[in-house]
Amino acid sequence: MAEQNKPLAGAGHYRIETGTPVSLMAAVGTLIVVALLAALPLFAGRDLLENMIFVLYMLALAQCWNLLAGYTGLVSVGQQAFVGLGGYILFALTLIAGIDPLVAIILAGAISALFALPTALIVFRLRGAYFAIGTWVVAEVYRLSFAQFRQLGGGTGTSLGPDITNAVFAIDRVKSLLDVRTPAARDIISYWAALALAVGTTLLVYLILRSRRGLALGAIRDSEEAAASVGIDNARVKLAVYVIAAAVTGMIGALIYLQKARISPDAAFSVLDWTAYVIFIVVIGGIGTIEGPILGTLIFYLMQNYLASYGAVYLILLGVLAILVMLFAPKGLWGYLSQSYGLELLPIRRRLVWKKDQ
Amino acid sequence: MPLLEIHGLRKYFGSVVAADDIELAVESGEALGIIGPNGAGKTTLFNLIAGRLFPDAGTIRLDGRDITSARPHERCIAGIARSYQIPQPFETLTVFENLLVAAVHGRHKTEAGAAQLCGQVLERLGLLRRANALAGSLTLLERKRLELARALATSPRLLLLDEIAGGLTESECTELVGTIKELHASGVTIVWIEHIVHALTAAVGRLIVLNFGRKIAEGKPAAVMGSPDVRQIYIGIEA
Ligand SMILES: Nc1ncnc2c1ncn2[C@@H]1O[C@H](COP(=O)(O)OP(=O)(O)OP(=O)(O)O)[C@@H](O)[C@H]1O
Ligand SMILES: [Mg+2]
Repeated sequence: MAEQNKPLAGAGHYRIETGTPVSLMAAVGTLIVVALLAALPLFAGRDLLENMIFVLYMLALAQCWNLLAGYTGLVSVGQQAFVGLGGYILFALTLIAGIDPLVAIILAGAISALFALPTALIVFRLRGAYFAIGTWVVAEVYRLSFAQFRQLGGGTGTSLGPDITNAVFAIDRVKSLLDVRTPAARDIISYWAALALAVGTTLLVYLILRSRRGLALGAIRDSEEAAASVGIDNARVKLAVYVIAAAVTGMIGALIYLQKARISPDAAFSVLDWTAYVIFIVVIGGIGTIEGPILGTLIFYLMQNYLASYGAVYLILLGVLAILVMLFAPKGLWGYLSQSYGLELLPIRRRLVWKKDQ
Repeated sequence: MPLLEIHGLRKYFGSVVAADDIELAVESGEALGIIGPNGAGKTTLFNLIAGRLFPDAGTIRLDGRDITSARPHERCIAGIARSYQIPQPFETLTVFENLLVAAVHGRHKTEAGAAQLCGQVLERLGLLRRANALAGSLTLLERKRLELARALATSPRLLLLDEIAGGLTESECTELVGTIKELHASGVTIVWIEHIVHALTAAVGRLIVLNFGRKIAEGKPAAVMGSPDVRQIYIGIEA
């Protein structure tokens, strides 16, 4: 295939190309890894599965935050609002309305999106640092509001009984198919749900970036003024991204609290657990890249596994690492690697090529 | 009916009057030049036309339709495109993606459908070689060309050019004038702000002069440049 940058004599036309040879290999590799991960419950013990659930939901949260901050320039420190909201909706729907927990996870996403609309109305009036602070304040309002609900345990929180956590969709089939007991079957289903959410979120971010809207995100991040002047409705694009991120974050929150089976306002709306760690993951891994959050989550998991017993020292190390990365590799470890070796596993660049007509 | 019609336009910045009761009509297919000293309100006029700023008084019509309160992206879709005096490329996108995003959002094209147009615009402006380079890596000259290229990618009816010849060498300037004449000949209506008067007068059929936000002269370039008022302001600006 004759391919060149400049048209020579003769008929031909311009075309867009996105894939790279590496990206095809990466796509195949990703499929294999996802298939292996899906089969993990066949050989892994419960400890590993529980760790993996944590890794997967942190990855999904990191992809959401990266979509907001890294690709759209909406630096929110209030995503815990939607984690907690999703968790509480799950509890309300299962405890009070008696809905199947897996169905409740999906509903939690839809309801979070609805809550995101009025929230956006408030925080989108703020810019830059004020936007960040605004999102945090809104999350605190959410926390204080949910502490008022008596049916959901007020300030001390409440638990899901085994009658609910064991009632998840298809648990009997998993039990007989894999020959495991109820608690193990519950973990396996949570693991698959977490895997689906993490892979689904990553894929969603990728598809958004490949769409017309995705192209607009980069433009908005680089210059809002110029973006508007080429026909982009900045406010609408940003709102869409915010609502999508809220919906997915709400679903992740619902899953997290289905797994934990116990919720309280302080834990569910924790800025440290659901936003600060997520920011560390994205910054260390590589903000504004899809691969970065994956790398960051692995690093975060390893650090937490080997260093968490040192308590405060672990948090200090995490902070120092994030600062070092910000200073010496502003695009994160993945940014550094991809620049040094020209790697792009999930290609979003559109390249212009000239193709001779056949 | 004129393509662009401005009536009684005023804009204040505190005590500074940046647009003072401006009346202006630009016919479809015309090429109009705007000159005036630094701070005269030239860029402000573009900002008002493109919707970056909203006026304190007055109306702006495009094709007879009142767009005074339309938002910037709506004006782009209505057919107004601009280049910025200080280039504002999308730095983390490639040169081609800068055009692509403009074509796709400014003209509601599909990405595949926009590729051909973007390729041709890049060819025309000598940027094809840099198509897949990051816009952030361009030189100043290339950035100025990208400003024009990105505006053209929206297939505008009215093109607002803000000092795109500044800093060019003589031969680059001649080339640019050629490109603008071609665009004009292909039917695009052009309003061009420029300090380099001889470049401007080579391409436009009518000239207006702004000073302290006021339109102080208007007419054929030679007549306008010959008037005593304008000569007085222009001593020292055009060597
Ligand atoms: N956003 C703003 N806020 C406050 N003052 C402004 C703003 N934009 C322009 N001005 C002022 O309005 C006046 C006109 O500015 P403008 O940029 O339109 O001038 P100009 O004719 O384009 O000048 P130049 O030839 O230097 O580009 C100047 O006094 C400027 O300081
Ligand atoms: Mg100016």
